[in-house]
Amino acid sequence: MYFAQELLDKSSEMRKKWEDEVRKTVSKWPDQRERWSTVSDLEIKRLYGPEDIKDMDFAKDIGYPGQFPYLRGNQVTGYRGKYWTFRMFSGMGSAKDTNERWHLLLKAGQTGLSTAFDFPTLMGYDTDSPKARGECGKCGVAIDTLEDFLVLVDGIPMDQITTSMTINPPATALWAMYCAAAQMKGVPLTKIGGTIQNDMLKEFIAQKTLMCPPEPSVKLISDTVEFGTKFVPRWNTISISGYHIREAGSTAVQELAFTIRDGVEYVDDVIKRKGLPVDEFAPRLSFFFNSHIDFFEEICKLRAARRLWAKLMRDRFGAKDPRSWWMRFHTQTAGCSLTAQQPYNNVVRTATEALAAVLGGTQSLHTNSLDEVWCLPSDHAVQIALRTQQLIAEETGAANTVDPLAGSYFVEALTNEMEEQAWDYIYKIDEMGGMVAAIEKGFPQLEISDAAYKFQQQIDSCEKIMIGVNKYVSEDKGEIPFLEIDDAVETQQIERLAAVRRKRDGKAVKKSLADLKAACKKGENVMPYCIEAVKSLASVQEICDVYRDVYGEYRDPGLY
Amino acid sequence: MVDRKLRVMVAKPGLDGHDRGARVLSRCFRDAGFEVIYTGCHQTPEQIATSAIQEDVDLVGLSCLSGAHRYLFPRVVEILKEQGADDITVICGGIIPDQDFKGLYDAGLKAIFTPGTTLDSILDWIRNNVKPR
Amino acid sequence: MEKVKKIREGDVRTATRVIRNLEDNIPEAKTTIKHIFPYTGKAHVIGVTGSPGAGKSTLIDSIIASYREKGKTVGVLLVDPTSPFTGGAILGDRIRLQRHTEDPGVFVRSLATRGALGGLSKAVGDAIHVLDVMGKDVVIVETVGTGQQEVEIINHAHTVIVVLIPGMGDEIQAIKAGIMEIADIFIINKADREGTGKLYRDIMMMLDMAGFSKNDWRPPILRVESIFVPETFKEKVKEVSETIQRHYDYLLERGLLGNRVRRKTLHELNEALRACILEPILNRLVADGELERMADRCLKKETDPYSCAEEVAARCLKDPAA
Repeated sequence: MYFAQELLDKSSEMRKKWEDEVRKTVSKWPDQRERWSTVSDLEIKRLYGPEDIKDMDFAKDIGYPGQFPYLRGNQVTGYRGKYWTFRMFSGMGSAKDTNERWHLLLKAGQTGLSTAFDFPTLMGYDTDSPKARGECGKCGVAIDTLEDFLVLVDGIPMDQITTSMTINPPATALWAMYCAAAQMKGVPLTKIGGTIQNDMLKEFIAQKTLMCPPEPSVKLISDTVEFGTKFVPRWNTISISGYHIREAGSTAVQELAFTIRDGVEYVDDVIKRKGLPVDEFAPRLSFFFNSHIDFFEEICKLRAARRLWAKLMRDRFGAKDPRSWWMRFHTQTAGCSLTAQQPYNNVVRTATEALAAVLGGTQSLHTNSLDEVWCLPSDHAVQIALRTQQLIAEETGAANTVDPLAGSYFVEALTNEMEEQAWDYIYKIDEMGGMVAAIEKGFPQLEISDAAYKFQQQIDSCEKIMIGVNKYVSEDKGEIPFLEIDDAVETQQIERLAAVRRKRDGKAVKKSLADLKAACKKGENVMPYCIEAVKSLASVQEICDVYRDVYGEYRDPGLY
Repeated sequence: MVDRKLRVMVAKPGLDGHDRGARVLSRCFRDAGFEVIYTGCHQTPEQIATSAIQEDVDLVGLSCLSGAHRYLFPRVVEILKEQGADDITVICGGIIPDQDFKGLYDAGLKAIFTPGTTLDSILDWIRNNVKPR
Repeated sequence: MEKVKKIREGDVRTATRVIRNLEDNIPEAKTTIKHIFPYTGKAHVIGVTGSPGAGKSTLIDSIIASYREKGKTVGVLLVDPTSPFTGGAILGDRIRLQRHTEDPGVFVRSLATRGALGGLSKAVGDAIHVLDVMGKDVVIVETVGTGQQEVEIINHAHTVIVVLIPGMGDEIQAIKAGIMEIADIFIINKADREGTGKLYRDIMMMLDMAGFSKNDWRPPILRVESIFVPETFKEKVKEVSETIQRHYDYLLERGLLGNRVRRKTLHELNEALRACILEPILNRLVADGELERMADRCLKKETDPYSCAEEVAARCLKDPAA
């Protein structure tokens, strides 16, 4: 029991009195709404007190920072030793354009890089593919071959700066490029650090960046985990992501549950397929969450996530190394919470969400720019976004003490409730035979669709409020300058690619791709072959076509 | 008894897979009593136009969030026209800056819905502007 | 008639519009059917049915491809349920066939059930005629739902394929509900999964109990493993196509195709009589409010449903038994 009986008795007595007062007050000044709930529609009580957390066990459920179950954080000293990594997701136009933006951000005090690729690259198509028409450089940087990649990392100290790459189906190809680029610059693979997102399950569930079917997709991921464990020990070979699940319209609990269940699926596969002991690779698994607008719900979600993962790793997988129990995660503020209307309000939303991420103990953070509903962030907007998190770190005092909200009746109760609801989902998916089976049934997809539709209806009926959208609407649009990606980037990139195709050794490309194909068929780890292929200047699509050929192509089943 | 139903297609051209809007809209149309053909993600303009013709829809709603709308949306209208199906109304939604509106209207898009549009206002527009043919 | 000519030329816009008019119950559509009826009866009509999520559309996608390789043209009707609450429907099966969209030899049309009994859209039977007259060599009809509702497909198809998957728990339900009797071919889809052996044995046992004699067509049970192993999947699809052809040949050789066509015709007659005689009467009774009044009288025990019906028949039909 968390409290002495004496305290609970006293509290219960005082509570009765308070409840009487409430009844009286409400009869005169009724509540503004009948039901109060989080942005995910989780009902919240008027008041939380000792009785809401009386069943907690301090040692088992709360504990200390750096100790199981890590509710209060992985780091013993919190942010005192080191702030979270200021990592702004960026990429646009050509490799050269993005390289320039990176240097600007590093100069402005950013501490890690994060790459956004354009849609053709994300989907494993070259810029000259008919499917890529009109997309080049629009949502990120266009990379076709190692030549582009070398321009991207020009002047970046690859042994000092860690780089995250948001890339999924073609993750092996892009990571191979990073490895090859490092080797060409004389940096050994043991010295490079960073993350590839490389989480296909959430693509099937939410973001639909699709290439191969679920089974072989998971196999390719296990290849990277194995290769990283053996040769690139500072690399996070997967970033198990809830961000996109949330953006697709899930609730906070769904984001928490599906992400963690995805993690379980990957751990299972690596153990079964590669025979690696859990403690050898688990410490390099990383996560990626969304920080939405509901302040406390987000803080609780992040705290619950750490505790859930620690329990799963220790109890379900029998991990012994405490670093396997740690859930290390990056957070990004919620793109879907931003509004096109009155865009300057987005600075406030992002700041609130960033603060929630920090109070939830994130280890790395991207703050969205105020113009990101409309376009890729402008130089000015991205600087405000970066300053937002620097300001939280340096001015607000939020980093002064570790997990400052621990012990709050409300925060602990909500953390518990969210964890319990997440367990329900996890068990349900276990019963279905795991996440791949659940995805094939359309279970997570439809749960998210339900939640998204419900939320939209709540917005339409003003049950939930978005300022500038359904309340305090103003004619003044708050015009902002847009960053435009010139359509000429596409023609230039197609020319660049044509030039590479002309100059490279066609035979070497053919051989490296044939070797990759043979490796796929034999079920060998593809990474060494992928590195050879990118070095021969094989393109992203050429590599992905090998996968499509061997593993089959997966199309969106269009669940709604 | 004659029961003319509105048939609409919700389509996502291009490589962008952010289908939250398209899925929410499909459900909204179903609940409004329409018959909705949903194409899923990653469709080419050619596939969308041909499907629209085969399905005899009254309306095609296009959604794209990647910024490639300047090429993709007009292309759908263009193919419909080439195939003699310009009686099918095409509308669109997504992240579309004001400066692109004129180009899209000129290309033959009949309505543009940007973020923050309520489902009801989309339904109203359809009921006022699209009749089952 | 211009429309008939256009349909016979395979004009997509005309054909799909006639189907639309059939669905919407536009009287003119019936006239079109009257005119194209003499040209019907050339296509091989294949019905594909099974529980939701059984992978029917994906299978159809590959069957289409195998017919196209042989140069045959294909028409596809995809039937999805109408929401009973709103009258709307999301027709999402087309997604899995999108790679054929730009092939002029393939025509895909989605239909909603519109609350028709039997799970098949009322317009499906006529829509099949339209596709047939368009000159499609093969017409594939996909229907959803489980159990009893699928049985109606047999009235329209020459070859009925029932798709089942292991481990869904509802396959036996489906078998009990009468699917067993209508299948010409069973396909166990996703047959790399646990439970395949059991499902196979269950179907076998039931087929044994049905007691086919030596010369009967005993429905074969085909196992299709994961679509995601492209090489073996292709082999399996080949086997499926060959089996479909074998069944069609069997019907032809044994002179049984006529039975199937006759069954469709009888069904259509039934439907047409209903539409021609019963529906106008019912519509009027509803519009007048008389149906409700009759119900009131029945509830008060002043009369009974049989007497009411006889009363209406005596009034509306010259001689019901003539």
